[in-house]
Amino acid sequence: MLLVVLPILLPCLAAALYALAGWRGPVRWLGALSSAGVLACGIALSLQQAPPSAPGLRADALSSFMLIVIGAVATLAMLAGPSYLAAEADARAARRYGVLTQGFIAAMALAVLAANLGVLWAAVEATTIVTAFLVGHRRTRAAVEAAWKYVVVCSAGIALALLGAVLLHFAAARAGVESLELDVLAARAAELDPGVARIAVALLLLGFGTKAGLAPMHAWLPDAHSQAPAPVSALMSGVLLSVAFYAMLRVKVIADPALGPAFTRNLLLVLALLSLLVAALLLIAQRDYKRMLAYSSIEHMGLLALGAAAGGRLALTAVLLHVLGHGLGKSVLFIGSGAVLRATGSSRVAAVRGLLARSPLLGGAFGLALLALLGLPPFSLFASELGIVRAGFQEGIGWAVVVALALMLIIVAAVSRIGGHMILGSPPSAQPPDAETAAGTAEPALAAVAAGAAQPVEAAGGSGDGRAAEASGASKAAPAEPALAAVAATAARSVATGTGAGEGQAAEAALAQAPDDGPGEAAEVGASAEAGGGAEPAGVPAGVAVAMVAGLAACGLLGVTAGPLQSILDNAAQVVAP
Amino acid sequence: MSDVHVQLLDLACGAFLLTGVLILWRSELAKIVTLFALQGVALAALIAVLGAHEGSAELLAVAAGIGALRAGVLPSLLRRALAASGERRETKPIVNVAASLVAAAVLALLAYAVCQPVIRLAPTPATQAAPAAMTVIFLGFFVLATRRRALSQVVGFLLIDNGITAMAFLTAGGLSPVVEIGVSLDVLLAVLVLQVLTTRMRAAFGGTDLDELRELRD
Repeated sequence: MLLVVLPILLPCLAAALYALAGWRGPVRWLGALSSAGVLACGIALSLQQAPPSAPGLRADALSSFMLIVIGAVATLAMLAGPSYLAAEADARAARRYGVLTQGFIAAMALAVLAANLGVLWAAVEATTIVTAFLVGHRRTRAAVEAAWKYVVVCSAGIALALLGAVLLHFAAARAGVESLELDVLAARAAELDPGVARIAVALLLLGFGTKAGLAPMHAWLPDAHSQAPAPVSALMSGVLLSVAFYAMLRVKVIADPALGPAFTRNLLLVLALLSLLVAALLLIAQRDYKRMLAYSSIEHMGLLALGAAAGGRLALTAVLLHVLGHGLGKSVLFIGSGAVLRATGSSRVAAVRGLLARSPLLGGAFGLALLALLGLPPFSLFASELGIVRAGFQEGIGWAVVVALALMLIIVAAVSRIGGHMILGSPPSAQPPDAETAAGTAEPALAAVAAGAAQPVEAAGGSGDGRAAEASGASKAAPAEPALAAVAATAARSVATGTGAGEGQAAEAALAQAPDDGPGEAAEVGASAEAGGGAEPAGVPAGVAVAMVAGLAACGLLGVTAGPLQSILDNAAQVVAP
Repeated sequence: MSDVHVQLLDLACGAFLLTGVLILWRSELAKIVTLFALQGVALAALIAVLGAHEGSAELLAVAAGIGALRAGVLPSLLRRALAASGERRETKPIVNVAASLVAAAVLALLAYAVCQPVIRLAPTPATQAAPAAMTVIFLGFFVLATRRRALSQVVGFLLIDNGITAMAFLTAGGLSPVVEIGVSLDVLLAVLVLQVLTTRMRAAFGGTDLDELRELRD
């Protein structure tokens, strides 16, 4: 019983501690500790014979498995948090970050443990509310826009799921079931009126599908993922999407006996293929690497939907393994992208070159994680994608699998082109690559001019802010954390290898971006340009390095052998496909 | 249900639907907030009629709670946001008022069609009023999609939520109390979050015209 409550209680306690003590000293690592606790609870729960329960909560094999995913990804993300926030000058913003990320983890744990469909809904909506200010953490124009779209689209989308829950409740009440308990509904699903249940299930799948980032309701995802702080992007992409997908699986368990498997299968197939199509189309010409990772998440959610559409034990085992593998690989990439952004000051692909030569650890881990995401062996995504494809042919949706494979081929080509550009090659020396960088920053500068024409007062205020932030950011960040200064040095060294002109350009880039991306970004760029003079050796902060290597190792190990996890996976898949 | 109850229920549902349609008609933001508050009153009345019919004190208490939230707290939050913004009108909705009202009629027809299985399953006076709730949900999505002020979008979101609450009570006497409280809390917090974001939007963009939001795209 305690084990069921702990995964929610631990992050809540950590959030309370952050609220009281603030974000400083060893307390900063508390988040990672509480996340590791969630992971431990998930493992302990999945080893229990009879599923334990508490009032309103219960932990069957599927819930325990999802707790393992949440705990694992959250631990990685929280390890990267302290170094990401090291440059954060505002103590209140850092404290809010600590409280909200822990609240976010608690809400996700509640979502997977909830025994009642209504509580599950409320928990998923709570994740939107908690993460709204995390997406808008930087307060720039782009961040505010992303946060607004995120809250409006997700709240409206998830409202569909609430309507679905209301109608399902109506159908259940007519069948003599006066509750929304998931297990009770699943057990008596065959008695539900098919007419009402059909509307309810469609609304539930579309509603939770919005939060899972499935096309055509994906509009919020690339914006939110690209604007949120890196550890939060890792959490959102790595687990939040899967938690929403978990809700869809729970709905499928109720829907299949009530309506026959064809209804959910067709709906999921449409969502899956649309998601893969959208991801492929928008990845071809993608110029922003954080958005690239976001679209890749849409692709992988599409694959999960494809696997769920296939149904069957093999498909569901593969789907769940894919959830874990994608969570690990994508969080490594988002954490890495945070370090790259810090080092280069830009999230544009064109501004990053020769990552491997600059920092073998960062570049190597980023590159390997990209390969994992593309489904190459030995990583676990290879095994799970193979499983989904095989299951698809077995279950008679071979045509959809062929279409999906064709779209994935496009995605592989697009992502490897971008990845190759970022990771390989020599780091930009003074002349030709700098021209490229300048071209990359020229566009924001133009945008700034355009914005200036429209709102002269705004733009002037913005650039003024940028200048001030740059100065303060540089002075505060440099002495704060030696490790951070080292990362910053990676970037600045590459700029400074040539001439002084390189550094001038970086500063110019900072100014050019100031009105566009606002003070936050400018401060980051400023900090990295400044720190170049100081520390010499290139490196990655310890937390980031540990998180990236651990995530990659886990993902690779899972690909070789699922080990004891295999039986946990089998049990969890059995919940969805009895 | 007795005749009086049915008539009162239909009256409440009619008022609920009418306030929703009128929100499309008015373009002054203050009037829109007033109409939204009136809709909250109609929703509370609707639940109270159902509670009186079933003689359920619990439903009457829920009606009072929902009335306080949707006719009192939420409108006053919106009014405060409005006063802080200094913006008075919905400037240029994508669809003009006349076309919006035609759209409302089409959406009402659609709602009747969608609700057929619900009515067929249990043809009571309450479920026969379900299309009104469904229409309000559709109107909410319509407002969300076509209005360009931050506050109008918040009202659109709340219309959807009012419609869903009405649907829950008309079909099955509401969800369980724990879920109702969770949902209400989520709605309240979502509105608070949106209010804070509106303030930040004004600081960053100099207004809350959502057409200004175009920094992020591919």
